Amino acid sequence: MVEPSATAGGLESIPALLQRNAREFGNKAAYREKEFGIWQSWTWAEAEKEIEALALGLINLGVNEGDYIAVIGRNRPHFYWSMVAAQSVGAIPVPLYNDSAAEEMAYVLEHCGARFTIVEDQEQVDKVIEIQDRLHQFEHMIYIDQRGLRKYDHHQLHRFVDIQEQGRAAYYEWIEDLKARREKLNYDSQCVMLYTSGTTGKPKGVVLSNRNIIVSAKNSSEFDHLGPGDEVLAYLPMAWVGDFIFSIGQAYWTGFCVNCPESADTMMTDLREIGPTYYFAPPRVFETQLTNVMIRMEDAGKFKKRMFDRAMAHAKKVGPNILDGKPVSFMDRLKYKFYDLMIYGPLKNTLGLSRVRVGYTAGEAIGPEIFDFYRSLGINLKQLYGQTEASVFITVQPDGEVRADTVGVPAPDVEIRINDEGRIYYRSPGTFVEYYKNPESTADTKDAEGWVDTGDAGFFEEGSGHLRIIDRAKDVGKMADGSMFAPKYVENKLKFYPDILEAVLFGADKDHCVAFINIDLTAVGNWAERNNIGYASYQELAGHPRVLDTIQEHVETVNKSVAEDPMLSGCQIHRFVILHKELDADDGEMTRTRKVRRAFVAEKFNDIVEALYDGSEKVSTETEVTYEDGRKGSIKATLEIRDAKVVPVTPHKVAAE
Amino acid sequence: MNEMSSEEGYFTADGRKIGGVLMEMKNITLRFGGVKAITDISFDIREGEIRAIIGPNGAGKSSMLNVISGFYIPQEGEVWYKGAPRPQMKPYEVAQQGIARTFQNIALFEGMTVLDNVMTGRLNHMKTGLFAQALWKGKAEAEEVANREVAEKVIDFLEIQHIRKTPVARLPYGLKKRVELARALAVQPSLLLLDEPMAGMNVEEKEDMSRFILDVNDEFGTTIALIEHDMGVVMDLSDRVVVMDYGKKIGDGTPDEVRNNQDVIDAYLGVAHD
Repeated sequence: MVEPSATAGGLESIPALLQRNAREFGNKAAYREKEFGIWQSWTWAEAEKEIEALALGLINLGVNEGDYIAVIGRNRPHFYWSMVAAQSVGAIPVPLYNDSAAEEMAYVLEHCGARFTIVEDQEQVDKVIEIQDRLHQFEHMIYIDQRGLRKYDHHQLHRFVDIQEQGRAAYYEWIEDLKARREKLNYDSQCVMLYTSGTTGKPKGVVLSNRNIIVSAKNSSEFDHLGPGDEVLAYLPMAWVGDFIFSIGQAYWTGFCVNCPESADTMMTDLREIGPTYYFAPPRVFETQLTNVMIRMEDAGKFKKRMFDRAMAHAKKVGPNILDGKPVSFMDRLKYKFYDLMIYGPLKNTLGLSRVRVGYTAGEAIGPEIFDFYRSLGINLKQLYGQTEASVFITVQPDGEVRADTVGVPAPDVEIRINDEGRIYYRSPGTFVEYYKNPESTADTKDAEGWVDTGDAGFFEEGSGHLRIIDRAKDVGKMADGSMFAPKYVENKLKFYPDILEAVLFGADKDHCVAFINIDLTAVGNWAERNNIGYASYQELAGHPRVLDTIQEHVETVNKSVAEDPMLSGCQIHRFVILHKELDADDGEMTRTRKVRRAFVAEKFNDIVEALYDGSEKVSTETEVTYEDGRKGSIKATLEIRDAKVVPVTPHKVAAE
Repeated sequence: MNEMSSEEGYFTADGRKIGGVLMEMKNITLRFGGVKAITDISFDIREGEIRAIIGPNGAGKSSMLNVISGFYIPQEGEVWYKGAPRPQMKPYEVAQQGIARTFQNIALFEGMTVLDNVMTGRLNHMKTGLFAQALWKGKAEAEEVANREVAEKVIDFLEIQHIRKTPVARLPYGLKKRVELARALAVQPSLLLLDEPMAGMNVEEKEDMSRFILDVNDEFGTTIALIEHDMGVVMDLSDRVVVMDYGKKIGDGTPDEVRNNQDVIDAYLGVAHD
């Protein structure tokens, strides 16, 4: 395998790395995308030509150095090229979540003052047209998919291929300018601006320099020995820092191939066809995959089911140890090999994970059972802890030291400090430059010495030196009796059940805790089908008494486990309700990365929270919902409130504190 | 109405250019035994337009569509297609002429995958024999690859990639309708006939289907004739509308003209008998 020339000399920007890759791995696949049922591919040399044509076209269109170019679409090679082409001409790419409503886009486009946007299709074009009157700087829009756009006014609207064509035609006019602009780029020039999802308040534009991205990509690639032979599937939102690091940072540093699925719906099939060697997914994806496997096994024949159960029991016993290289008896190894041939291998193949060498999960805590399931199959799934402001990496789990309850040791070149209150601070080469046009927030988050406040509370575990995260520091509160309130801790325990999709715990400054619960429609729907329970809607299923019974059991089991922790035993759930709608980013209840906006939810469903505390058995409520196209509607429901058994906490423990 | 009957065609409200006459019905009368399903109806379909046929239940809409598709032979009157009277034809000959259709109650091959169903739309374009195709060498292979490409473009266009390999029987109703449209489009027809494309759909599915019909017309310039119950949909989609009642034509014109036509209002809302 060819190793990329490791010296950073002259490789201080993504466009510089592109030039090197086109030179050194010219004939190696850089991008693949499935279109018209076939994997189309572009080598590094071809990708470089595509990007150059687009960059020339952008100069031709009037893009200046320092301009911001918004990129809105799902993972496609064209958008990765757009970002690198923008960088090549000295502009700064700003990827946006393509499922954002027009209103959310308006804020970001206004804030960064983008003069140009590169979008995918009619849907995105319509959204930008809807808001463009409010964007004083906005000038041109470039789109990729022409469908339905033929009749639009094309004075400020351009086809992607046309811009490239114009760029090729104007080659001799602009090529020297392009080279000059490209050569000006160094470690300190801006690489990308990413907007944080914003669990509170408006999104903030995180400015990341070439140094941030390239050094982080280099360190992490070396940490996991990534090389030009690796393959990734790019399917996570392009506006999210993780995708930028994996599909651009690491891909350009190591020269590996980025594969783009045909559409969001075909992701699982495409995953199977590509068989990535390096894979990243938030816990939810692993959870859904596992739920699907389990549901299908429920429907399988008796023989297969028994074989599967036995194999999984064995995997649970020895799988993780084999993966970690710990001693395992010969017989157990032999048995594992046999099951690998019969069960694990085909299962991994179905999941598309046969070739995974390194897999990561991050963003949320992953249920220990889910985590162990994948590891026991022999998939090297690890956890990392990071954030946009750190160019992802804060801590990672080294091979052989992987556990479900920690997030690993500090990543290479990252320093971590924990203050007396348990708040985590870090400093690294990946530390962001600033929040765009927001010096106050920058100063609040990053001090003069470069230490950044993560906003999370945690501690280093004695002995192993691994970091454990407790919760968002601002979410950790006190209850009325002074005991600790850590909602995430309890919610995660609930979410580890496949039929619970989301949970929100309330209880700060109160004498006991109550919870909202969202059921998982796939898991509960399948269960309903098998038990002959008819339902017409999510709402109806969520209100079914037998569903409530099951959830109540889960809540009570969680209460028992919470009670075992003397520090957090006050967080047991006394009453709960199953919400009549799924929490949704379109309604502002979650961020686009699917983190619950607590304060917003508490306010929006204020009537339900009150009912949970005042002891009533039912609550009638009306909730406004937003449809994907921005229209509003409302749903009415009467929800049943259930009491859950709690484990009495022995008073001397409280007194002992 | 006058400028419409000129040979050069006309411009629609949204600026599309509609061409000359593609198909013309001349005084069609269709009888089943003693029952007159269609009485003396004349109208034309122009190149590039979306033409709707509407009417209350039993008005003779489906019979009319079957006359257009050549399945029923009218006792009186002539059907002119591409400037010449059309003789009696077998269904495959109709397809060869570039006319494709979908059915009110879906007629797909349930056991076959979506892709195979769409590929059946390409049958007319395959020239190699059974043996050559079974061996799948040389010409037969090249032919199938070329035809698969067309099928894939249609699959992409209608956004059904995720069910490409799924047997049709496992699909929900709304998707089956879309697959049927895909098969018709794979023929690359010059005239596309849609028999109640929105029947039994919910609002969201109707919106999707409307979008696809408009996009097909816009992207490929396909002439579309459709029958539909849902008045709202018809009025939004079509360029010109024929209204039938009891086998007779009671209105013909743009959606606005038809909407204000007293006969049409009476037919839909009923007339007081005193």
